[in-house]
Amino acid sequence: MVGYIIKRLFYAVPVLLGLTVIVFFIMTLIPGDPATAILGSYATPENVERLNRQLGLDKPLVQQYFIWLMNILEGDFGRSYSLNRPVIDEITERFSATLILAGASLILCSILGLLAGVYTAVHQFGWGDRLITFLVLIGISLPSFWLGLLMIFLFAVTWKILPASGMFAIYGGGDFADLLIHLLLPATTLSIVATGVIARLTRASMLEVLRQDYIRTARAKGLEERKVIYRHAFRAALVNVIPVIGIQAGFVLGGAVYIETVFQWPGIGRMLVQAISTRDLLLVQGGVLIVAAAYVLFNLLADVVQHALDPRLKK
Amino acid sequence: MKTLIRTLVALCVISILALGGTDNLARAQTPDDVLVVGQIAEPKSLDPQTVTAINDFRILMNVYDGLVRYKDGALEVEPALATAWQISEDGKSYTFTLREGVEFHDGTRFDAEAVKFNFDRMLDETHPYHDTGPFPLSFFFSAIEGVTVVDDMTVRFDLNEPYAPFLSNLAYPTGLIVSPAAVAKHGKDFGRNPVGTGAFEFAEWEGNTKVVVTRNDNYWDGNAELEAVIFRPITDANTRVAEMLSGGLDIMVEVPPDNVATFASDGDYNLLEQAGPHVWFLILNAKEGPMADKRVRQAVNYAINKKELVEDVLQGTAEIAAGPTPPAFAWAYNNSLTPYPYDPDKARSLIKEAGHEGAKLTFYVTEGGSGMLDPVPMGAAIQADLAKVGLDVEIETYEWNSFLDKVNPGLEGKADMAQMAWMTNDPDTLPFLALRTGAWPSEGGFNSGYYSNPKVDELLESARSATDQAERAKYYKEMQTIVRDDAPWVFVANWKQNAVASSRVDGFSLQPSFFLILKDTRKN
Repeated sequence: MVGYIIKRLFYAVPVLLGLTVIVFFIMTLIPGDPATAILGSYATPENVERLNRQLGLDKPLVQQYFIWLMNILEGDFGRSYSLNRPVIDEITERFSATLILAGASLILCSILGLLAGVYTAVHQFGWGDRLITFLVLIGISLPSFWLGLLMIFLFAVTWKILPASGMFAIYGGGDFADLLIHLLLPATTLSIVATGVIARLTRASMLEVLRQDYIRTARAKGLEERKVIYRHAFRAALVNVIPVIGIQAGFVLGGAVYIETVFQWPGIGRMLVQAISTRDLLLVQGGVLIVAAAYVLFNLLADVVQHALDPRLKK
Repeated sequence: MKTLIRTLVALCVISILALGGTDNLARAQTPDDVLVVGQIAEPKSLDPQTVTAINDFRILMNVYDGLVRYKDGALEVEPALATAWQISEDGKSYTFTLREGVEFHDGTRFDAEAVKFNFDRMLDETHPYHDTGPFPLSFFFSAIEGVTVVDDMTVRFDLNEPYAPFLSNLAYPTGLIVSPAAVAKHGKDFGRNPVGTGAFEFAEWEGNTKVVVTRNDNYWDGNAELEAVIFRPITDANTRVAEMLSGGLDIMVEVPPDNVATFASDGDYNLLEQAGPHVWFLILNAKEGPMADKRVRQAVNYAINKKELVEDVLQGTAEIAAGPTPPAFAWAYNNSLTPYPYDPDKARSLIKEAGHEGAKLTFYVTEGGSGMLDPVPMGAAIQADLAKVGLDVEIETYEWNSFLDKVNPGLEGKADMAQMAWMTNDPDTLPFLALRTGAWPSEGGFNSGYYSNPKVDELLESARSATDQAERAKYYKEMQTIVRDDAPWVFVANWKQNAVASSRVDGFSLQPSFFLILKDTRKN
């Protein structure tokens, strides 16, 4: 298993490297340079040239990329010109915020999705199945930013029971309970789509497993139905669901961009959008590298868990 | 599994109870003497010399002072950290007497050396702290040849040419005075540890969450009313409105046009509006094509229904512009100027006279950018108005940075018209950079439509070297009359800054400079 993990981590290196090359060249292909973005209407050729020189952007592209790469290898992510602080400080701060949000919604969607999936499979074609399947369909189809605004409108503006935005109360607060209150709306909104996907997949996977011979055998030997479902069927179904949860982790990270904007969550998704619009190359590169690394790790983790659960994969 | 479900249910119950218990804490109104302001974005830096955005200026103006500042409600300068100044006969030397007994928030003394440090840091590439930049707006002070400490409390600026806007540039955030000791201490991180002399001192900056400033109890101009101000960055306009409605903000700036009516009709809020030094216009390519004919340029001014643009597209968040200078510069604005009336018949006859009926025109539109308001719908409305007088306008839309890359080098060979908007701090800036012959793109200026009138050039040069404000005003007023008639631009709108304050907020007003000054604001 350890060998497998090391091999997978090794494969991740070219993926990440390739990604930084692509991002770097896409960023440089976007028209407009940082100096123009900073100077706005004052961007005379003279002012732009002077500012680019001060920002170190007057060197050839390839040279800029290799300078960046060498610095990264030494652990130096550079300094963001648009935020005027080290890139690594900003990324650490904001990626933790995203992890909290994405983590909470991943837990939420896994629990809800699995429960809904198992329930609908066991009660196939019952009214509960129909209702949940319908709700799941709506959940998958709703645009999450719209749902977010709707939630803010209901819970914060109309009923005034939850805060509209932010991660902590602006005055006072700052403890765990405060964080939970602020997490509730964004984490729920973010988890809706993934819940739907997981629920549907769990249902399908459970239905398939429930038709297997060993389930019939288990029932025939007089095992309690509850044990049949959770000991035997659920565990087997989980093997198919786990990798999808891993993929959903990636989608949750990506979806966080909208949710972070709507709920003013100080996460890395929003940071990346701002960094792109200000042409802050170092910040974009650093952010993308971290998010991609997280994505790779999530998938690896899902595979490892799958290996642990599925005796057929153990060799 | 049963136990798992039980645990989950228990956890849910506990967390709901926990949430309920802290509910009041989180929802509690902020204390009476703490004001929460909803900003449109995270500040980039709180080092006044390194930033360019109005969003950052709103915080800075409360933490720092300049040598001079704008009078309350006007765009005229008055003493601040300098108590008096003399301008030499030739307009090239400014000597300031500094205010005694002022201290920076870090306890160090404000004196002539501190002033010299500030301008040397920005302008002198060999200065030990020049690397704390870059300083994108330092060209505001490019006329400065040297800063001399005459004595402890007197400082002299020598300019390489007479430059009348110098005083209002000093009132701009780029001229705010920072603590030299704090720059030395924090170096490149000074922008996150700002120290000034202002009515509020910096307390805390929590990334993407808030910037907190607290009252300076030792302020030279009388202490502020509030104990503290919290600036919250909320980039999404809908979320900002929701926070205002749910009580999470006391003041919010830049209310989206769609929400203005909601707040105006609600007794719990006060809507404030203030026209600023902003002008939204169309650059016309006076070098080639139909627009090279003055009659066609006047015709498009007549053909565009500005009232409809301002009232319908912008929903009353702007006023119709009459000429190149915004009325907010009250002392330099020519009151006798009237906007071109909406007169499609006159437009048609002018176009006919010029022989350009049915001309095909290319029109650059941007998706959005600093001060551009609602450019895409505005562009479409303009296109429709021009179609009514028989002009066939083709729109090309670009993202802001690409747009600037297209427009700033000049419209020649590419387009006949382009949208543009400027916000300036002195009546000199925009016409000097965008209407002079010497400001054609080939000369490094912003005159992208190649307008040229020797009389206008002469008036602008004279206004620059005049040191008397009344004399300057005379030149600017004459310039506006000529430019209105020559019509190098279509003069469209002057944007009104707006803000909403909860009815608990008192003593708050908007400034024509668009800065946010909170010293005299109270909360009941």
